[in-house]
Amino acid sequence: MARIDRKKALRLLQKAELLELGEMADAARKELHPESRVTFIVDRNINYTNVCINRCTFCAFYRDAGSPEAYVLSENELFRKIEETIALEGTQILLQGGLHPDLDMDYYTGLLRKIKERFEISIHGFSPPEVAYLAKRHSLTIRETLMMLRLAGLDSIPGGGAEILSDRVREVLSPKKIRTEAWLKVMEEAHRLGMRTTATMMFGSVETPEEIIDHLDAVRTLQDETGGFTAFIPWSFQPGNSELARKAEGGRRKAIKQTEINKATAVDYLRVLALSRIYLDNVRNLQASWVTQGLKMAQVALRFGANDFGSTMIEENVVRAAGVAYRVTKDDIISAIKSAGFQPAQRNTHYHILRTF
Amino acid sequence: MPAQLRAKILSGGRLTRKEAVRLFQSDDIFGIGRLAGEVARRKNGKKAFFIVNRHINPTNICVSRCKFCAFSRSKGEEGAYELTLTEMLDRLDCSSMTKQAEALSAAPHGFSEVHIVGGLHPDWPFDFYLNLISAIRKRHPKLNIKAFTAVEIDYFSRISGLSVHEVLTRLCDAGLQIMPGGGAEIFAEGVRNQVCPEKIPGGRWLKIMKIAHAVGIKTNATMLYGHVETYEDRVDHLFKLRELQDKTGGFQAFIPLAYHPKNTEIGGRYSSGLDDLKTIAVSRLVLDNFDHIKAYWIMLGEKISQVALLFGADDIDGTIVEEKIARMAGGLTGGAMTRDDLIALIRKAGKIPVERNGLYKALWRG
Repeated sequence: MARIDRKKALRLLQKAELLELGEMADAARKELHPESRVTFIVDRNINYTNVCINRCTFCAFYRDAGSPEAYVLSENELFRKIEETIALEGTQILLQGGLHPDLDMDYYTGLLRKIKERFEISIHGFSPPEVAYLAKRHSLTIRETLMMLRLAGLDSIPGGGAEILSDRVREVLSPKKIRTEAWLKVMEEAHRLGMRTTATMMFGSVETPEEIIDHLDAVRTLQDETGGFTAFIPWSFQPGNSELARKAEGGRRKAIKQTEINKATAVDYLRVLALSRIYLDNVRNLQASWVTQGLKMAQVALRFGANDFGSTMIEENVVRAAGVAYRVTKDDIISAIKSAGFQPAQRNTHYHILRTF
Repeated sequence: MPAQLRAKILSGGRLTRKEAVRLFQSDDIFGIGRLAGEVARRKNGKKAFFIVNRHINPTNICVSRCKFCAFSRSKGEEGAYELTLTEMLDRLDCSSMTKQAEALSAAPHGFSEVHIVGGLHPDWPFDFYLNLISAIRKRHPKLNIKAFTAVEIDYFSRISGLSVHEVLTRLCDAGLQIMPGGGAEIFAEGVRNQVCPEKIPGGRWLKIMKIAHAVGIKTNATMLYGHVETYEDRVDHLFKLRELQDKTGGFQAFIPLAYHPKNTEIGGRYSSGLDDLKTIAVSRLVLDNFDHIKAYWIMLGEKISQVALLFGADDIDGTIVEEKIARMAGGLTGGAMTRDDLIALIRKAGKIPVERNGLYKALWRG
């Protein structure tokens, strides 16, 4: 399929019939993945702390340092979680947390070394806001920061914190979080160091259709240069519990009210997912988000462009805090993939197949 | 989707059983979905219906203990309940409604239909049910009363010694206008014996519906799928409904019900979301003589129901304040959606929301 430009992408997003879009995405997926296989990874999402100075309006997970619910995981607790992950045939931990004002580079590199000394497991960790925060804190360049983390044991970087790569949207949702350019810069440097990363997009808040296209285009453009993105993961904003939905204050009130109207329904999700598959012709894998959509919709997503079921999510604190909870086991995921007509395959961080079912 | 088949359907030709089975086997969900969407548009334009109604499940005590049912209890068992006539009437009384219920059904007209289904209670006489309908009719002259599946009607006939025709005539005279389509499950005998051996046979269900239509009662029809049946069984089910509808024209809507595995004796898995959509679409294509195909959101979840509006469904049922049967089997929804939620869901699917009453009369158009 020929590459589509921004104008056509916008037209498709706004005007195309959902089933037409789905059929195009399905064809694009088949071209990239003719083997009719759907992958997933067994991993555990470990949130080392919920303390965060960013206080993004859409986040229901963060706490202030003084809050009685604030925590930093102890090493023993962390190691126990990793042991459990390995016992469940997990191959990766997704290590992410808030921007804790008291945790410095020594904490991060120490943590990575201790994990690597004890366990044979991939560490997919620290999204761009965390990396940028560390760099700023120690007056290091992004490249230096990444090199230190990598040397200590960081294998790859998750694509979180991208939200919508538009500074207008970021001003509303996450004014303290790194801006578009900085997010892309972390990814670019990581790719140049040979690290692989994913990219996410959180839509259905205050963005316009044009801004969704901006986001996809930013990812595609960087990918043309570096080829370092393994997968793209669009998911929809979950309004429950977050400040954004709970209390809109000041000048942002109007924009935030917009989220109620924008709130992504199932049809919107499939539309954005399908367009992502069509637009991102250079990103090989597209993840269905069963955590936000439920298993049935994730199955439908497999025909609207997705070829990966993401993680079995032994633990997922962030989305659960927003009131979305689907209890799903590895067996549920395997049988969901099968009944959608695909062969389930467990993969590692680099999308290499470990075993099929 | 073969062009020939597409052309045949669009020119009013009817699917054969073989063709219908092939559609179920096909993985061309886009071709099938688009065609079903086209057929739905021809029948209902861009309209997608919903209803603001009230559900009453009079009792969960049931002499028939179907394996797939997580709702029923035996008399005296823990969790068994029975409502009195007064309690049931109170539930329809706006002044006694809880605030939450009021908010959920905040509609210009309040609710337009009451939906009553329940267990086959070992002690209640037929007159109890007859009185219930009369009492509701007396107190709410304009309310659409939809009550009692064919299984309950059969039971009333047995406990009263009256013919089905007589039972239905008396209920109709008392104010019953519509019967829900439950209890159809799957007609194919072998499967039916595995899933619900104690329930009336498929032929009996169809016969009762035929009589109901003759008496002047409109009904729905359902199909429970995703358990142990084959595609041939589904097609057989759909064709039996199509044949009866050719004769009576008394069916309003067809409602495919995805089997829910939780808390039931059969166990198993949820049907796939793709299967749910395909079943909606193939139903739309086979049942060319049904006006409406309903994607019942409380069973399918609001997400699949919304997408189903683009696969041939034109109705997502309504805001349901009390619905216990699906929820106890692990229904995929949190409980109730508000009227505004439903309207937004329909609009975002690109359809025009139309609030209907029990007889598909439009009460409000968005």
